Amino acid sequence: MNELLREYLPVLIFIIVAAGLSGIMVIASLVLARQKPDSEKLSPYECGFEAFDDARRQFDVRFYLVSILFIIFDLEVAFLFPWAVSLSNIGMFGFWSMMIFLGVLTIGFIYEWKKGALEWE
Amino acid sequence: MAELNLHAALPEIWVAVSAMVLLLVGAYTGDRAMRLIGLLSMLVMGVAIVAMLGIDVSTVPQLAFNGHFIVDRFAVFAKVLALIAAMASVWMSFSYAEREGMARFELPLLMLLATLGMMLMISANDLISLYVGLELQSLALYVTAAIRRDTVKSTEAGLKYFVLGALSSGMLLYGASMIYGFVGTVSFAGLSTALSGATEPSLGLIVGLVFLCAGLAFKISAVPFHMWTPDVYEGAPTPITAFFSAAPKVAAIALFTRVLVDAFGGLTPQWQQIIFAVSVASMLLGAFAAIGQRNIKRLMAYSSIGNIGYALVGLAAGTPQGVSGLLFYMAVYVPMTLGSFAVILAMRQKGQMVEEIADLSGLAKSQPWLAHIFAAILFSMAGIPPLVGFFGKWMVFAAAVNQGLYVLAVIGVVASVVSAYYYVRVIKVMYFDEAVTAFDRVDGSLKLVLASSLAVVVIGILFINPLQNSAIAAAASLFPE
Repeated sequence: MNELLREYLPVLIFIIVAAGLSGIMVIASLVLARQKPDSEKLSPYECGFEAFDDARRQFDVRFYLVSILFIIFDLEVAFLFPWAVSLSNIGMFGFWSMMIFLGVLTIGFIYEWKKGALEWE
Repeated sequence: MAELNLHAALPEIWVAVSAMVLLLVGAYTGDRAMRLIGLLSMLVMGVAIVAMLGIDVSTVPQLAFNGHFIVDRFAVFAKVLALIAAMASVWMSFSYAEREGMARFELPLLMLLATLGMMLMISANDLISLYVGLELQSLALYVTAAIRRDTVKSTEAGLKYFVLGALSSGMLLYGASMIYGFVGTVSFAGLSTALSGATEPSLGLIVGLVFLCAGLAFKISAVPFHMWTPDVYEGAPTPITAFFSAAPKVAAIALFTRVLVDAFGGLTPQWQQIIFAVSVASMLLGAFAAIGQRNIKRLMAYSSIGNIGYALVGLAAGTPQGVSGLLFYMAVYVPMTLGSFAVILAMRQKGQMVEEIADLSGLAKSQPWLAHIFAAILFSMAGIPPLVGFFGKWMVFAAAVNQGLYVLAVIGVVASVVSAYYYVRVIKVMYFDEAVTAFDRVDGSLKLVLASSLAVVVIGILFINPLQNSAIAAAASLFPE
């Protein structure tokens, strides 16, 4: 058990350093800096402007659709990189596994295209 | 061992490829092809059953995908049952979908994909294929629950099911990671070998097992992980509810059984306590909570919680006899629940679906056959002797008594008596209450399901021996000689 725990010692040290360092930053700015709050300083701002409106409002569901589709195909590409690098080792079996995967994805792509998920208007 | 052996997984590959072809057909023809795609999906499932029965598993189980996937008699039994249930659900969904404006071609396809997930679950032979199969099934089911996205109830049901289902998957994965951390393998065969030694199991492994059981208990809606069931059953469109109550239950409980008996056979005393508690709680809650229900779909939800409790009695016994009793119980439960939902689907007054138990009043006068069939199914569910429901209960309780679990059997019988009250109350409403409004004519497609389930419930007793023998053979394949 101790052997196992010792392997995690760097993680523990990392947690302590991270917590300590961020604690020091917060406390030091409270203690050392001059504190003269007024309403302008305390209000939230976007790039120097006043906040225009609440961030938690309704938005067009199409943004969500596009982002979800992006994630699917982004992951697919991320999956292709290790496959491409190790292709010389995994042989025909590895090649055809990825081809089947891409085939399934292509069918999904045709489906979303025909359903009109890619059209904005 | 280290080989693909694709022919063992041929039914699954067939279903997967067909589902993708049908998806393309649907994408090009649109929603008007719903009925065609539904019928083709049923055909695909039927061919899968035939292909499944063609795999030779009589002597040794077939392993595929380097041992991640197993086909034995247990798998064949459960898969055939799940496929039949799925076929019946797809069949019942057509006219409802067309009438209620949810005739999307995705509906039968999602049911087909969920069925593929179930087949993978039943054949899972390690923790990773278990999870993949479970997620394929669950993701498709979440969408089907919310298929009527323009109604609040359906979307609420879908969202609830999704959020709670994701939570349970998280618990299951956490348990699986603990198990892997403490044993060092995810394969069921490896777990079984590692745990067969007489050493005291480590605490971490037990924690992992408990989390795994919690995740799986959620999927079979066993108490205390049942909270989603009544709401989802009530909110989801009725044919989808029928689907939820039959096929996924078979798959999940088969998976549960394989994990506990096959992989964790060495920890039987430990998981027996969990199953014992879950089974008692499910039976009692299923019996008492259903009494106050006015909505027939909610009643069926509590009834299915109770029925899962009875099936788990067989698992709690932990013997070949108990597992065969469980399989027999599920084989009897599926036609009964499908028949009940066929009746619920026939509850239509002037073109409007109704779901209150009071709406059934006077059914014996307006539509005597519907009332007779529903009465037979309800008597069978209550466990009245000449009907098959009695034999299912008898087999699981007998297995429990043979293992000395007298308390479990007694609680089971008491819960069964209590649940008879609300089943018989529905019969009383149908036969002795004054009719309000008569129901519309029953669809032809429903009549077929009603007749089949009546046949199983009544004539089924003639086929108890062959069914029991195949259940015994299926259960034996889980236990090493």
